[in-house]
Amino acid sequence: MAVDAEHTQSSEAGLWHRDSRSRHFRERAVKIVLAACAYASVLTTFGIVFVLIFETMAFFREVSIVEFFTSTRWAASFANPSFGIIVLAAGTLLTTAIAIAVALPVGLLAAIFLSEYASPRLRRWLKPALEILAGVPTIVYGYFALTFVTPLLRATIFPEMAIFNALSAGLVMGVMIIPTIASVSEDAIYAVPRSLREGAYALGATKRETATRVVVPAALSGIVAATILGISRAIGETMIVAVAAGNLAQLTANPLQPVQTMTAFIVQVASGDTATGTTVYNTIFAVGSTLFVMTLILNIISYMFVRRFREAY
Amino acid sequence: MGSRRKETREVREVRSLSEVSGERSGIGGDQGGQASTVPEASTLGMKIEGLSAYYGSFKAVTDVSMEIRPNKVTALIGPSGCGKSTFIRCLNRMHEVIPNARTEGEVLLGDQDIYAKGTDPVTIRRRIGMVFQKPNPFSKSIYENVAWGARINGYKGDMDELVERSLKRAALWDEVKDKLKKSGFDLSGGQQQRLVIARTLAVEPEVILMDEPASALDPVSTQKIEDTMQDLKERYTVVIVTHNMQQAARISDYTGFFYIENMGDPGRLWEFDETTKIFSSPSRKETEDYVTGRFG
Repeated sequence: MAVDAEHTQSSEAGLWHRDSRSRHFRERAVKIVLAACAYASVLTTFGIVFVLIFETMAFFREVSIVEFFTSTRWAASFANPSFGIIVLAAGTLLTTAIAIAVALPVGLLAAIFLSEYASPRLRRWLKPALEILAGVPTIVYGYFALTFVTPLLRATIFPEMAIFNALSAGLVMGVMIIPTIASVSEDAIYAVPRSLREGAYALGATKRETATRVVVPAALSGIVAATILGISRAIGETMIVAVAAGNLAQLTANPLQPVQTMTAFIVQVASGDTATGTTVYNTIFAVGSTLFVMTLILNIISYMFVRRFREAY
Repeated sequence: MGSRRKETREVREVRSLSEVSGERSGIGGDQGGQASTVPEASTLGMKIEGLSAYYGSFKAVTDVSMEIRPNKVTALIGPSGCGKSTFIRCLNRMHEVIPNARTEGEVLLGDQDIYAKGTDPVTIRRRIGMVFQKPNPFSKSIYENVAWGARINGYKGDMDELVERSLKRAALWDEVKDKLKKSGFDLSGGQQQRLVIARTLAVEPEVILMDEPASALDPVSTQKIEDTMQDLKERYTVVIVTHNMQQAARISDYTGFFYIENMGDPGRLWEFDETTKIFSSPSRKETEDYVTGRFG
């Protein structure tokens, strides 16, 4: 018997041939291709950052860094130029604030509804439908703001509103980032374990109390991450503000007035007939760097917050 | 195993508190009146008549009838998957939280059918608290974990005092009194489970349901929870599901044995009696096989 078993085994082993040398080569090749892709994206990012820094340094050789951060006048292509980034940053801040004021409450409430109140069937089609909103090209949103929202607001609430203004651009930008905030928050809220909800129910909590005071706080880190992602998108958003906000670099907190954001300025210069190497041309790199640093800081805050407040459940 | 007696004064305070909060939560005038006319028998028992539980079309538990005595610990034992947890979740209307889950039959708290039409499950769950298998503290501070349930139920008394008293009764106070502002997640598993018990006690329920409360804990923590339970039955009616037969024998006054005869059948209550009887001379063979460790 024992001999028989051994015999069968060895004859079967003869059927199993695998070329170990070519296998080894293939495994290595796959690893190299995968690693090359991973490094390529990182290297590209470093390349972009390097160009930004290089060109920004060229800019600051001609314009004082103090003026850049303290001047309250932005007139890059005028005969008597002035470079006060505060003006553009204020434009960005204004439109972003309006956008978040719209998107955070609506997105968060939508997320709570989807996760806690909607039936599984409703959730199954409503969530993808919401995410499709994120796929609408932003230029479409821009014309929507200019040709629908602004005339509507002028005809109803704000007759004195300028044709190009921060409010319409901000509102529509808010609508644009609702899906981002809703979808990412919903993932976080939905991931809160059932046991936490049951613990609240077992104390005699209603559904509303459970959702708003146990589930949402438990998902806070994810909701903050979603909000910061939304803010990043609003800061970086270009087409809506370029089309609908007016490209007038003035320092104002009045949302009915035209403003120029950092991104809109870059579009204006980059798509115009500005000669390379001039101060105005270099300006867009300085503005781009500022934008990059702002977004980077936000992402770092988001990362730290998520790590600090991630719950172990 | 010695049960630590509480001072009678404290007991009286607690009674009057629970009456007040009972009236405030709007359970109904008759309940408040009942408690004040018969203050000595304010702890209620439960009575289950022909209870069946379903998940969609699957029947998990069938036709359970039993009486849960006030101020006693009732243990539910039996092999895995025989419907103990499903059954205990029916006792405070937690079962229906799961989509498509439903029940048939009657569950009485005192003489009120908790499944009667128009009964609000939220009110029922405040009166019949529940501790789960896995500790599930909220992502709040230790203090807030205990205070939250009382606050949402409209407790207007001294919150600091309520938190301290609840934590003391759950035998956790000494370990956390210096870090009440810390997150509930910072505690060990056993401490978290006692925090959950404290949180349950803080809303002054009449019955406490425990679904394998010590199964995820180490022996020392288990011992502490068992000690706590001896104290709890002085004020509350306790029902506990456990896989641990020694635990059931140690802590309970009554024991129900759940069993499934054939695969695919719903679980049923096979035998229910005093704990000493179940463990010394059960009347059915399956019960004897189970408690003597011959299967399960």
